[in-house]
Amino acid sequence: MSVIVAENISKKYIIDHQRKSGTPSLRDVVSDTLGKVFPGKNKQDDFAEKEEFWALKDVSFRIEQGDRIGIVGHNGAGKSTLLKILSRITEPSTGQIKINGRIASLLEVGTGFHPELTGRENIFLNGAILGMSKTEIKQSFDAIVDFAGVEKFLDTPVKRYSSGMYVRLGFAIAAHLNPEILIVDEVLAVGDTEFQKKSLGKMRDVSESGRTLIFVSHNLTAIQALCNKSFYFEKGRLVDQGDTTHIVTNYLSQVSHKSLEKHWDDINHAPGNDQVRIKSFKVVPEFQDNLSHIDVRTPIDFRFEFWNMEEGANLNLSLHLYTFTGECIFNVGTQSESFGKGLVTGTCHIPGNFLNDGSYVVSMMIVKDTSTVLYNMEEALVFDIEDYRENVTWYGKWPGYIRPQLNFSIRQTEHLVND
Amino acid sequence: MKHTITIKAGGSEKDYWKDLWLNRQLLWILSKRDISVRYKQTLLGLAWSVLRPLMTMGIMVFVFSLVAKLEGDPGIPYPLMVLSGITIWTFFSNTFTQISSSILINSNLVSKVYFPRLLMPLSSVAVGFVDFLITFVIFLVFTVVSGYGLSWNIIFVPAFVILTFFISLGFGLFFAVLNVRFRDIGQLIPFIVQVGFYICPIAYTSRLVEGQWFESIYKLNPIVGIIDGFRWCLLGDKAYFDPQSLISTTILSLITLVLSIVYFRKKENTFVDHI
Repeated sequence: MSVIVAENISKKYIIDHQRKSGTPSLRDVVSDTLGKVFPGKNKQDDFAEKEEFWALKDVSFRIEQGDRIGIVGHNGAGKSTLLKILSRITEPSTGQIKINGRIASLLEVGTGFHPELTGRENIFLNGAILGMSKTEIKQSFDAIVDFAGVEKFLDTPVKRYSSGMYVRLGFAIAAHLNPEILIVDEVLAVGDTEFQKKSLGKMRDVSESGRTLIFVSHNLTAIQALCNKSFYFEKGRLVDQGDTTHIVTNYLSQVSHKSLEKHWDDINHAPGNDQVRIKSFKVVPEFQDNLSHIDVRTPIDFRFEFWNMEEGANLNLSLHLYTFTGECIFNVGTQSESFGKGLVTGTCHIPGNFLNDGSYVVSMMIVKDTSTVLYNMEEALVFDIEDYRENVTWYGKWPGYIRPQLNFSIRQTEHLVND
Repeated sequence: MKHTITIKAGGSEKDYWKDLWLNRQLLWILSKRDISVRYKQTLLGLAWSVLRPLMTMGIMVFVFSLVAKLEGDPGIPYPLMVLSGITIWTFFSNTFTQISSSILINSNLVSKVYFPRLLMPLSSVAVGFVDFLITFVIFLVFTVVSGYGLSWNIIFVPAFVILTFFISLGFGLFFAVLNVRFRDIGQLIPFIVQVGFYICPIAYTSRLVEGQWFESIYKLNPIVGIIDGFRWCLLGDKAYFDPQSLISTTILSLITLVLSIVYFRKKENTFVDHI
């Protein structure tokens, strides 16, 4: 039986290009993101006063009872918009959705928690906000407290809670909702290992009891562990749906060919100046085990070619690797060498099991006499590294910019003798 | 399955009032939240609700009675006249202010969870109402202690309280919607309240306006009739009250209320896009 039937859902936002100040409008967010990925592409838009932006376009699907649906896609693909529409937070511009059954959505942990109120008061407040009746909350009260492990702090204002406790309490309340359809957005990426296991288990319980689950996450490992079917969104469209393994593979192979390569064949139009011009710059993954995407195990080469136009110039090359949010992870440079006129090529090798999962941005800089920057190609390449884990039952975001495998051993040095 | 909903553009109409009723527990809990949070981490706590109206009254008496030598209605002690005016005016200004900012204050809820948005302005009234009850009791104590005595007209108080609630809701909802879109409203509201304090008969009696050329304009303000009427309830027939003004007040407040509810309903699904 279909619990959700969506027909041609679209959601349109009007982006007001005249807005210059105040809180960041949607337009600022959208154009900032676009500007990072496609520098210079949306320049003429600055003249337009208003522009339509389709966060979702003609999306149709059916969800059967008991399905566990994973939703994957890049930032801005429309996942959150879909969740917002399903949760009735915002309306679709066109199309309609029929929902059979009580729906509860968990777009955030601890929605509406008031910092000044105690844990106990917040359980009732948050429960009511999520749509539980007072009787239901009372019935599950002990279970919630137990699940969250906050017995001792029930009468402490939540502003004194550690962030871990806060999140645990928030999830515990949501986990004891008894909806027929549960919508969950990226909440697994919080809390400690043990709690993650508990919450993932809880979500599995939900789905095994015949209820329907819709789960959005960037964490493909968690989606694979939890969902039997998946939807793949791209630029507001539902481009693929089906069996989770199939969708995840498809998604990953799309992801990895994003902006891995830039090259210019014509020296006169290549970026640069009178002294140097860039011919190509690319990320070359060394795929292993028939993989078609970059994950944390994949070794990567940065390969570059440029034309040197000045005889005998002392040049060295410098690479900056940034996270997508702009923190510099490292800067490496070659030795300075003297080159004749012509093509210069080079490679920088990044071993596998070194970078963490995430999106990365590379900038390339050509330096003369180790001090003068001849040419700086900012945000030259963008690539994603996907997560991969073996023998780990924890699905949270792996912390840190890098994720090296170091020589790290443990062994037992003494046995306690019981007598 | 019994619970079926259809989501489409402008489609939440049908079950709205039913939803609102089903969510009445949430209304109660949100109200309780606002009340219990009110005086957290204050030294004096609830005493503030007592102190504030008393201090306002003290200043009014000093400025208008002692310095400006203003007189109230004949036969009514000036402090009582001021206190009665403050009681109902504060109820109006508090609820009006809170309703106007209710959506923005709860913006974290607006963007994360669905319930009929009308719950937010409705629940925000609670704090103002509790304050009103406290001030009202202070007034009763004051009146009895001062030996003035209460009037039987007091049985009409609930009617005026409800009317005040309607007016504050009518204007408040309208501003609440605008406030989401244009934050300028947040700046404007304290100003409106401040001006209102002077153009309403709080520190003086409407008797002074009687026969002036601007009387008819003055009485267009729906709060004027309410304050006069409220005073008449508490202090008896010596207080100035023009029952005629009540008709326009009632009509005006009901029209405003209906229009603003329609406006609110029309806009509430777009709140999330502007927050």
